[in-house]
Amino acid sequence: MTDESARPVAEVSELTLRYGKVTALDNVSLAIPAGCMVGLIGPDGVGKSSFLSLLAGARKIQDGAVRVLDGDMRNAGHRSQVCPRIAYMPQGLGKNLYSTLSVGENLDFFGRLFGHGRAERERRIADLLAATGMSPFRDRPAAKLSGGMKQKLGLCCALIHDPDLLILDEPTTGVDPLSRGQFWDLIDRIRADRPGMSVITATAYMEEAARFDWLVAMNAGQVLATGTPEELLARTGAETLDDAFIALLPAEQRGDDLAVKIPPRSAVATEFAIEAEGLTKRFGDFVAVDKVSFRIPKGEIFGFLGSNGCGKTTTMKMLTGLLEPTEGRARLFGHEVDARDMETRHRVGFMSQAFSLYSELTVRQNLELHARLFDMEEARIPARVEEMIERFDLGEVVRNLPDALPIGIRQRLSLAVAMIHGPEILILDEPTSGVDPVARNDFWRILMDLSRRDEVTIFVSTHFMNEAEWCDRISLMHAGKVLISDTAEAITKSKNSETLEGAFIAYLEDAIGQEATAPEATVSAVAKPVPEPHKTASAFSPRRLLSYSLLESLQLRRDPIRLSMALIGSLLLMIVIGLGINMDVEDLTFAVLDRDQTATSREYILDIAGSRYFNERPPLSGYADMDARMRSSELGLAIEIPPGFAADIARGRDIEVGAWFDGANPTRANTVQGYIQGMHADWIARKTRELYGDAALAGNFELLTRFRYNPDVRSIVAMVPAVIPLLLLMIPAILTTLSVAREKELGSIINFYVTPVTRLEFLLGKQLPYIALAMLNFALMMGMAVTFFGVPFSGSLAGFILSSLVYVIATTGLGLLVSVFITSQVAALFATVMLTMIPAVQYSGLIDPVSSLQGFGRVLGEIYPTSWFVTSARGAFSKAFGFAEQVESILAIGASVPVILGLATVFLKKQAR
Amino acid sequence: MNLKNVWNLGVKELRGLWRDWIMLALIVYSFSLSIYTSSTAMPEALNKAAIAIVDEDQSHLSSRIALAFYPPWFLEPRMITTNEMDNRMDAGLDTFALNIPPDFERDVLAGRTPAIQLNVDATRMSQAFTGSGYIQQIVSGEVSEYVAGHRAETALPVGLALRARYNPSLDPAWFGAINSVIESITMLSLVLTGAALIREKEHGTVEHLLVMPVTAAEIVLSKIWSMGLVVLLGSSFALIVVVQGLLEVPVQGSVPLFLIGVVLMVFAMTALGIFMATVAGSMPQFALLMMLVLLPLQVLSGGMTPRESMPDFIQTIMLAAPNTHFITLSQGVLFRGAGLETVWPQLFALVVIGSVLFWLALRRFREFMK
Repeated sequence: MTDESARPVAEVSELTLRYGKVTALDNVSLAIPAGCMVGLIGPDGVGKSSFLSLLAGARKIQDGAVRVLDGDMRNAGHRSQVCPRIAYMPQGLGKNLYSTLSVGENLDFFGRLFGHGRAERERRIADLLAATGMSPFRDRPAAKLSGGMKQKLGLCCALIHDPDLLILDEPTTGVDPLSRGQFWDLIDRIRADRPGMSVITATAYMEEAARFDWLVAMNAGQVLATGTPEELLARTGAETLDDAFIALLPAEQRGDDLAVKIPPRSAVATEFAIEAEGLTKRFGDFVAVDKVSFRIPKGEIFGFLGSNGCGKTTTMKMLTGLLEPTEGRARLFGHEVDARDMETRHRVGFMSQAFSLYSELTVRQNLELHARLFDMEEARIPARVEEMIERFDLGEVVRNLPDALPIGIRQRLSLAVAMIHGPEILILDEPTSGVDPVARNDFWRILMDLSRRDEVTIFVSTHFMNEAEWCDRISLMHAGKVLISDTAEAITKSKNSETLEGAFIAYLEDAIGQEATAPEATVSAVAKPVPEPHKTASAFSPRRLLSYSLLESLQLRRDPIRLSMALIGSLLLMIVIGLGINMDVEDLTFAVLDRDQTATSREYILDIAGSRYFNERPPLSGYADMDARMRSSELGLAIEIPPGFAADIARGRDIEVGAWFDGANPTRANTVQGYIQGMHADWIARKTRELYGDAALAGNFELLTRFRYNPDVRSIVAMVPAVIPLLLLMIPAILTTLSVAREKELGSIINFYVTPVTRLEFLLGKQLPYIALAMLNFALMMGMAVTFFGVPFSGSLAGFILSSLVYVIATTGLGLLVSVFITSQVAALFATVMLTMIPAVQYSGLIDPVSSLQGFGRVLGEIYPTSWFVTSARGAFSKAFGFAEQVESILAIGASVPVILGLATVFLKKQAR
Repeated sequence: MNLKNVWNLGVKELRGLWRDWIMLALIVYSFSLSIYTSSTAMPEALNKAAIAIVDEDQSHLSSRIALAFYPPWFLEPRMITTNEMDNRMDAGLDTFALNIPPDFERDVLAGRTPAIQLNVDATRMSQAFTGSGYIQQIVSGEVSEYVAGHRAETALPVGLALRARYNPSLDPAWFGAINSVIESITMLSLVLTGAALIREKEHGTVEHLLVMPVTAAEIVLSKIWSMGLVVLLGSSFALIVVVQGLLEVPVQGSVPLFLIGVVLMVFAMTALGIFMATVAGSMPQFALLMMLVLLPLQVLSGGMTPRESMPDFIQTIMLAAPNTHFITLSQGVLFRGAGLETVWPQLFALVVIGSVLFWLALRRFREFMK
């Protein structure tokens, strides 16, 4: 790598990318120089992320050419060859991390993916953690890291395999300035150790961009300009990159005036709108907010500055009464904040960090709803809504749904909604994150107007330094503590710094200095000792496969709902189905209206009462009693024996016993009918024999019915062996489908796109833990079938175990096959239930044998693994199948495995579309 | 408690639902097509049973017997040999195997009462029991017709007058239709409220509501009344138009009384839906939880099989489920024409269970917001 500077590390020509109707990249051609820091600048949604994901090979190229590291990224062979040399960190805090895994486990997972042995992994992880100062947090779950730490962890994960090209997508968005500084220092040190490494990074912070070697300014899917920061400044004649960027924009997008000017507050009020005194919030051991105190006079714009996770949002929630403080007090207008105090809420407007409008209501409906909820007089609402529409310039979009609006307008709408009831305090939680500089300026002009003209007290949090400077006073917050509260000017001066950012960093360093000293283990340790050459990714690696298995089992263990589904779901459903689909009639209640009251009539009744099917209740007193008791479903059967029953039988006169049974449930009524007829016939046969002797009974022929396999004809014996195949299909398939769909939905699928894992390794790796789990379920269900349900097991256990093992390999594979086509978890769940349940219940011989099916159902039944396994299960339980009899089923199910996994592998995409 | 807020928020829910076409489709489907198909698809007692015949007699009578089995009750019989019989039954190919012995016809005519063997695969519950009854009848019919007039029979003159109440012709469609209405009520009242709450949580709008002058009870109640109203309207439509109108199922009791039951049931189930949503937290988890809760609720509450056939402990546990009482109530009112004097205990139980669930849901709701 000596001629790095001469040849570009990446080159794109005529690159175009569309998402439906939206054009993300519009005919971009660009060559990116190697061996330096390249920055991609521009507001959100201009195509930066799309561009980077194409470079990383994570997204499929639609139009145009992309060459990275001297090869065509359309070529799958080249991609798999270079992916160990590229590291990609997607946008979003910890997007490629697994939130339930600890820091160490996350790193270990990536190490395995790149094929490092245990010792090698240990060494690299220890070095990287030391270099980034993360060593003390090795066992902390990624979800509980602060934003800055998440990004450092993401970087560690990206660096674990010594990449030649590092692609970072907004790595420092939402991270405090000190961590940001540390992050870039870390990158600088790594680059110093690996001079050949190229870094391409997207950023929304122009001040960061100033330290890069080469910049690409992007807007609306197009490249506005490229060059070193100095060149860009020179070309536009601007002083800062912010201004330079705005100057580069087409004229109509530049906005009216560039700077926001906040006039000084006219009269300083003595009344305090917001007061906090020793406000503290703990979640378990974790102190989110630690003794925070401040007082905000009426009409002030008070800024709250700090990184993600430093306690800003928690403090705001305590001020609004969403959270109860653990200690301390918060007062609004001198009243203690109380969640039940509706009066104060009328005087406060809140705009939460998450975009919080009803996306199913139009802009106008949103405004009206909020006006009503704030109890405004119905007559005043239309005028007020109009006023808001006017003031926040929403006239053109009143009929639109919020989701269809650009983010800048949505933020204005959120503010309008928060203002609708004319509050005296506005609490805004990071209102401008993700908003481009022009829209941000507009937004702040509105805030300024509200404060100065309407005397609204504004409490606003931000992580943009320029916004902080516009506030009357600011508080710097870090790790739950307020470091300082003062005017921006005073804070800057107090640390003898030139900029607010510099002062902020100085305060942070002071604060952190007390905790732990900086992470100065040199990074050289990371890369140097064994500079192994990049191995070309091998075609199949058990280690990569197992890394996914390990990941999956760790995640499953930490998700209570999925885990209980996996462990007790099958048992619960087995009880439900085993007992629910029950055609036995037992303990049916009956009562008798005996108008004869003789020994013969009592004998007749005793026949019924003595059977296990019927339970006798107190006798009936008449028809009215019968009606009432059958209506309340106390009785399922009523028998009437006519007067003179015994006498008529003795004389051979025609006589009739009346039986009324509840026909509401016809299936059961049919069975009941059968039982009564049978018992009546038995009784007659016995009586006949008593009266006329055996000869009288002789018929034409005798039908000897042998109920085979289940001599008592019990539902349980028939159902339980059939439930096992059903549950071993449905639950494992749902779990594997979810495991892939989750990765797609949460974004961690990106790791599969950009690492050397092959499709088969990914699928098999995901499958393995679920096969083990399904076999555990199988054992539990077998135990339950034999003990709880008391179903005799007559066949070969070994044969049945083998057959179920093959079966669960097929069913978990089926789940993977479904997941390949589906992106959301909810859809995955429903699709799997539909696609597995219908063939299993209807076409697999569960109720009607496959041999009584016709047409398509027959074909499906013949090939569907469940049909074979139903035969295998019934055989093993009831038909005394030995090993030899199971072989046919095992082979038939086994034949489906390569087909299912093969299809899944073929259709699984190794890139996003 | 500000009823105006409850009203406004409820209207908002309805507006939101109006734009959610997937949910709308689910509601329409559950209260119309689903009921229609599940009632018409209820199988008759015996359908296309697989039967094989081993004919060792090869006589006129034995071939008459073989011809007497035909669709839709039976598949055309397969003529097999004695050796094949066991294997075919082991492999589950035949449910019934009828073995007609040699010299059957001669023995019958000679009055020697020969035996025919009927092998039944009793692991196929749906066909085994009723099917063997049918076969008995068919074979006797053929044989007695064949030997008609040969011999007189002696029997006791005791008849049995069997009458099925509430569904005299034992039409399975009636039961299927009404059961399906009950299932739709259960499912939709859970899904609609649970999904509504989770959607708000995922969009961060609940948080937004809680800083406004709106209490948690108002939010919960607004979801309950709006989604409950949808289910109530849907079930009235299903009962009056689909069940009574299209399917022509006679309803014995008072529809208003049933609808009062629906109101209470929906109250209890929507509260349960909110409770489950607060436990699950996200849509996929909610969907999983639904599977674990909905199926036992529907199957073990007596809708499919009578409660008395279940083990005692399950019967006791299920007394806590609103479904159990609602099913008793609706079967009583709709099939048996029961009035308030009969079903008041169920109504009372629903009120109690609903109130407890509502209280639990409300308690969890605030916690869930943190």
